[in-house]
Amino acid sequence: MNVVAARASTFSHSQTKAAKQVDSPLKLSSDFFEIFGLPVAWQVEREQLDSRYRKLQQEFHPDRYASQGATEKRLALQTASLINQAYDSLKSPLKRAQYLLQLKQMDASQESHITSDGAFLMAQIELREELSEVRDSADPWAALESLRKGVEAGYLEQQNEFQGHYNAQAFDDALNTVTKMQFSSKLLYEIEQLEGDLEDL
Amino acid sequence: MALLQISEPGQSPQPHQRKHAVGIDLGTTNSLVATVRSGMAEVLKDEQGRELLPSVVHYMTDGVSCVGHEASEHNIADPLNTISSVKRLLGRGLADVKTFGGQLPYEFDSDDGGMPKIKTAAGLISPIQVSAEILRKLAGRAEIAFDSMLDGAVITVPAYFDDAQRQATKDAATLAGIKVLRLLNEPTAAAIAYGLDESTDNNSSEESTIAVYDLGGGTFDVSILRLTRGVFEVLATGGDSALGGDDFDRAIAEWLRQEMGMAEDLNPIEQRILLETARAAKEELSDSDQVALEVLDWRGTLTRELMHSLIDGLIDKTLRACKRSLRDAGLEKTQISKVILVGGSTRTPRVGEKVAELFGTEPLCSLNPDQVVAMGAALQAEVLVGNKSGDDMLLLDVIPLSLGIETMGGLIEKIIHRNTTIPVSKAQEFTTFKDGQTAMAVHVLQGERELATDCRSLARFELRGIPPMVAGAAKIRVAYQVDADGLLNVSARELTSNVESRIEVKPSYGLGEEEITSMLQDSFSHARDDMQARALREQQVEADRMIEDLLAALDKDAEALLDAQESQCLHVAINELKQVRASSTEHRVLARQIESVAKASEEFAARRMDASIKSALAGHTLDEIEKG
Repeated sequence: MNVVAARASTFSHSQTKAAKQVDSPLKLSSDFFEIFGLPVAWQVEREQLDSRYRKLQQEFHPDRYASQGATEKRLALQTASLINQAYDSLKSPLKRAQYLLQLKQMDASQESHITSDGAFLMAQIELREELSEVRDSADPWAALESLRKGVEAGYLEQQNEFQGHYNAQAFDDALNTVTKMQFSSKLLYEIEQLEGDLEDL
Repeated sequence: MALLQISEPGQSPQPHQRKHAVGIDLGTTNSLVATVRSGMAEVLKDEQGRELLPSVVHYMTDGVSCVGHEASEHNIADPLNTISSVKRLLGRGLADVKTFGGQLPYEFDSDDGGMPKIKTAAGLISPIQVSAEILRKLAGRAEIAFDSMLDGAVITVPAYFDDAQRQATKDAATLAGIKVLRLLNEPTAAAIAYGLDESTDNNSSEESTIAVYDLGGGTFDVSILRLTRGVFEVLATGGDSALGGDDFDRAIAEWLRQEMGMAEDLNPIEQRILLETARAAKEELSDSDQVALEVLDWRGTLTRELMHSLIDGLIDKTLRACKRSLRDAGLEKTQISKVILVGGSTRTPRVGEKVAELFGTEPLCSLNPDQVVAMGAALQAEVLVGNKSGDDMLLLDVIPLSLGIETMGGLIEKIIHRNTTIPVSKAQEFTTFKDGQTAMAVHVLQGERELATDCRSLARFELRGIPPMVAGAAKIRVAYQVDADGLLNVSARELTSNVESRIEVKPSYGLGEEEITSMLQDSFSHARDDMQARALREQQVEADRMIEDLLAALDKDAEALLDAQESQCLHVAINELKQVRASSTEHRVLARQIESVAKASEEFAARRMDASIKSALAGHTLDEIEKG
């Protein structure tokens, strides 16, 4: 393993960055994909991501530093937090898409982006109406399930659409698709909430 | 791959002495302490051979009279001074206590901080002090067993405990003079006890998904975990920190009261009698179909069926929480491979029946449900204290309730969502809403509801000294950091001016730092020298550890990571620390020296961490190349 070389290059690198990062003595500059040794791409092999995540936490979780000094403990806390954040961002399709665009200097995290796709917006309004009528329908469970299936299918389609735009480097189109993905993801969350409410009745 | 072993046992100048660590289950009804002996977790007994310590403290005019079994004996005769179920009050505000305070036969008062205090013959006592007495008793039991001082403890808390309740538990331990290695969620502890048991059984390397159903005396938790080769990953957790088997007793007692035609406002003694009768009846009905009751001059019977109708509503509430956790974990019931029952209240057969029905699988209860949490905590303590290294066991837990900040209009903006894996840090940017605004109030909240008033208020602080700007121009970055214990730290910084404010979140109802210090001093007042000696000894141990670790680190990495001058500086700092360590008898002086060496070596430690991550990554990349 090429450990010595890795260390040497890190050293010079960390010196240049030292002045910038005031609040964190940790100078880890990797992007989230690099943390897991994965290529920067839409497709992520979930099993590989999971197993590398566990492996990294087995090394850097604060519990591994429980009998060490305060500095090491704090660094472990920061490192483990970063690994968790990276994992969280890569495993969710929406967050991964947002992060990929962020790496292209585009801010896709704001909810204020409005899609100009009129047909899509109309469809969203109809889905929301459908959601609000679930409670009063003859079989709320069946109504909810059919709604969920529809939204999930749309979400998958949007993910494919994103992949196409991203791979073609059509980042403005990709951003537009992320906005649609936000609608779907939010709707799926609300469907889950309603499912919980129905159970509590 | 062990890249950052600062003090490998083999490299140490002298072999580490075995340390004494315990796991403590601080329960609502009963508490336990366990340790690991020859690789096996084992519950420690008192001199009479008893394992459970009733979580009861009795007070008299001159202070604590007794703790545990002896204290329970005062239950009926002296209810106002016999404090039980105090875990229900821990980390709670006076308002919370009022909502269920009627169920507890105590008189409350509050101090300025709004923390409820119980009126006893010994004066006003906080729930934290009562918990500290129980912890002290258990620590004493362990010290007798070890014939030595305790090096540290893992203390379990319900997974559903919020930040205030966790902090209160930690404060109680500090007050009892116990070093907390970690707060551990109870269901996770149970999973460790079962998980390790399992892996030694069949050496399984595959993945399993476990649901832990934990019903204690006063709290309910459910956790969904994935176990993969020693890594316990909590996927979701849920529960109710004010629901437990005591509520079964209360439901039965309420039925009794109505049957007996008694008025609603029972006196404390009547309350105790009805509750004790209810509890006995519940336990009896585990084995028989009906039970004959004799209370005061009243006689009657309670059938099992009738009891079920009294408690089913409560059990259903727990099942709804199970379903919600499954949904949060993104799993179907059928994907759960094992269900574990934990907590004394799962002894009520009806609970097991209904849980089996929900998950469609027979739950495991091969380990004693009262002991399993303490045993799991002991196993974790053994690893954290450093007796067991190179082990692959790792816990990845989550926060049970979302953390947020109050925004305009009394709404809550969530910064960290529930079921996020910890440790975690997240930041959000805010701005001013008035021209020339120079301060911003930060109100830290925890909970799932939309309105700030419906969530738990954890802390309030102000960021002052923002330079006057037009509204919306300031950039205020509020950062939340949750550590592995689930405890929160918040900092706020105005980015254009770098004005900063930082707070260790102390719950609105908790004890202040000074309060803890003064209580600690009170409890040691007759043994001040003792306390000085203890503090000095602790600093000496810390200094030795630091010298040893740093020298080993320099030996290994100085060449690659430091230039000659940096290396020289560290050696000088170490030598100074060595001298102070040898000559000083004042713990504060030694602590200051340790602090200064820590500062001097911070950059070195950061570079080592950075380097080891890079080489971990290099390892991954290499795997890629080898595969391809």
